[in-house]
Amino acid sequence: MPLKVVHQAVTERLEILDKDGRADEALVPALPGEELVRLHKLMLRMRRFDEKALTLQRQGRMGTWGSLRGQEACQAGLAANLRREDWLAPSFREHGVMISAGVSMHQVYAIWRGDERGHLFPAEVHCLPVSVPVGSQLLHAVGVGMGLGLRGEKSAVAVGFAGDGASSEGDFHEALNFGGVFKARTLFFIQNNQWAISVPFRKQTAAATIAQRAHGYGLPGVQVDGNDVLAVYAATRKALDHVRAGHGPYLVECLTYRMENHTTADDHTRYRKAEEVAYWRERDPVDRMRRFLAARKLWDEAREAAYLEEVAAEVEGAVALLESTPKAPPTDIVDYMYARRPWFLEEQRAEIAGRVAP
Amino acid sequence: MSSPGRRLGFGLAINEAFHQVMEEDPSVVLIGQGVKSPWYVGNTCNGLVARFGERRVYDTPVSENAVTGAAVGAALAGLRPVVVHPRMDFMLYAFDPIINEAANWRYMSGGAAHVPVVFWGIINRAGEQAAQHSQALHSVFAHVPGLKVVAPSTPRDAKGLMVAAIRDDDPVVFVDERWLYGGEEEVPTEVYGTPIGKAAIRREGTDVTLVAFSYLAPKALEAAAVLAKEGISAEVIDLRTLKPLDAATVVKSVSKTGRAVVCDVGWRTGGIGGEIAAQITEACWAGLKAAPVRVALPDLPAPASRSLEAAYYPGAAQVVAAAREVVARGRG
Repeated sequence: MPLKVVHQAVTERLEILDKDGRADEALVPALPGEELVRLHKLMLRMRRFDEKALTLQRQGRMGTWGSLRGQEACQAGLAANLRREDWLAPSFREHGVMISAGVSMHQVYAIWRGDERGHLFPAEVHCLPVSVPVGSQLLHAVGVGMGLGLRGEKSAVAVGFAGDGASSEGDFHEALNFGGVFKARTLFFIQNNQWAISVPFRKQTAAATIAQRAHGYGLPGVQVDGNDVLAVYAATRKALDHVRAGHGPYLVECLTYRMENHTTADDHTRYRKAEEVAYWRERDPVDRMRRFLAARKLWDEAREAAYLEEVAAEVEGAVALLESTPKAPPTDIVDYMYARRPWFLEEQRAEIAGRVAP
Repeated sequence: MSSPGRRLGFGLAINEAFHQVMEEDPSVVLIGQGVKSPWYVGNTCNGLVARFGERRVYDTPVSENAVTGAAVGAALAGLRPVVVHPRMDFMLYAFDPIINEAANWRYMSGGAAHVPVVFWGIINRAGEQAAQHSQALHSVFAHVPGLKVVAPSTPRDAKGLMVAAIRDDDPVVFVDERWLYGGEEEVPTEVYGTPIGKAAIRREGTDVTLVAFSYLAPKALEAAAVLAKEGISAEVIDLRTLKPLDAATVVKSVSKTGRAVVCDVGWRTGGIGGEIAAQITEACWAGLKAAPVRVALPDLPAPASRSLEAAYYPGAAQVVAAAREVVARGRG
């Protein structure tokens, strides 16, 4: 018997803007001008928010910070497609999408400054706490997606976030498999920024892309230029339509680049070449979109300056709120362990309260 | 509603808990490997798929970490999942969602998130099942802040603690063992929760307190009957919950008897039995007539062969011997 082909998959990559912001007109999403501008504004807002955090960190006013610089197009392109009823299962570099989805800026700062209360998100925001174990977010998003299905939701979906590093974790593979089997209402949103701390993507896997892995689990997967907000928007829109319609999970891989250190505790110059960083700086997602909008007469320097002023005020307001928040009382370390304090924590609470009494 | 005298085995008592709680609360779901197969879960899941459908009773791929991680996510979004691990050994694949996430999130989020999941692990001992099919990991879970751990020994408590665990707003590890599934007793037909954190005094006595749980609770009762014939009056406490431990009941009893034998169904070193002995010593020191004695598994994996199994698992005879020893050693 001759060999038969039992499965064949093709993995596609979507790009709309070139490095100078010129668009493939046939692929530009059919959005009104103000929606295109909104994508740019979302990126500017998260970049300013991120820059401020780096400044605070250097001034000793922030513990550590994991910068999202370079990944704004990924997060803005997704955020523009989210609905109020959607759920997020974020990893630790999702500040951009979080503040775009309604988490308060000062709360994200508070989380990074080491304040548990940063997670007291506004009630209408469906965002899980930031989970640190790499890859775990995808399983949580599968569970949320299964729960949304159980509730008979026709619109809401869950978005699980991961990076290239997480694609080597068992959780990644189990989530794709499990979500596929149960047709979870889950989008797997992978920001491949090419560096898992000091490990480059080529050392992370022998596979050419992360998107192709979805096919092994019977799921659709696509790679997009993650520094092209129009491409991310379009790919994510298509993926979310698929998930919202109840057809099961979809994987979007945004190939992007982490412009900064992994976190402020890192020094990327020890393991990355300056030329590589320069190459990606020329493909800056914000610059590309600015040029695209300017060419269409939708945006100019004056509007950008005005908007940045607005955002700067918002960010300063968040910092003021952050820094004026009273310290948590020491007994907080006991009070949020269980719904009701068991006797042994009652005893330990009294001990702690005594220890810190003046 | 209640029909007096109705008797149920351990498995069907758990089954009744599921039927009743899933009926009263549509957010309760059951998820795990083999929920349709009696080979995995005995009769505990009888009729659940037929009654509640495959969207509330999930028979899953072999993916313990995924089952558990998805349940944690679902709980954060408002469901109350029960995750079944038909063999506790393979809960080890799911330590990350249980310990890093479920246990920590209320705390890490300043009280914003809560994870009402039941992680149900079944211990399958003996019958030549050996090291990777027999492990009792209750002490590991009891060590972790944020988790609660229950370990019923009777059908009535199995039902009541499963109901209470599902209704609890925090993650609860529900530990039981196949050895208990043969037991049968009168079980109330109505839905009821057995309070988490409350021990039961199974037999009153004055000379020595036998503190036990899980399969060693009935063995301690057997031991007490033997001891009675020797003129030793043993009080038997079934802990039922390992965290939060009902130290008050234990301390009250040992304050009366002055002697304690602590029976742990897990390994000796670093086990919950040591913790209980420490709490007894701290609280009852002045009134103790002898140091507490532990009965526990040796610090070895479960053997495969039946002859070695017989040497490995403590039973009533070991509890009797320990009680005799602590009584003989007594300083008054």
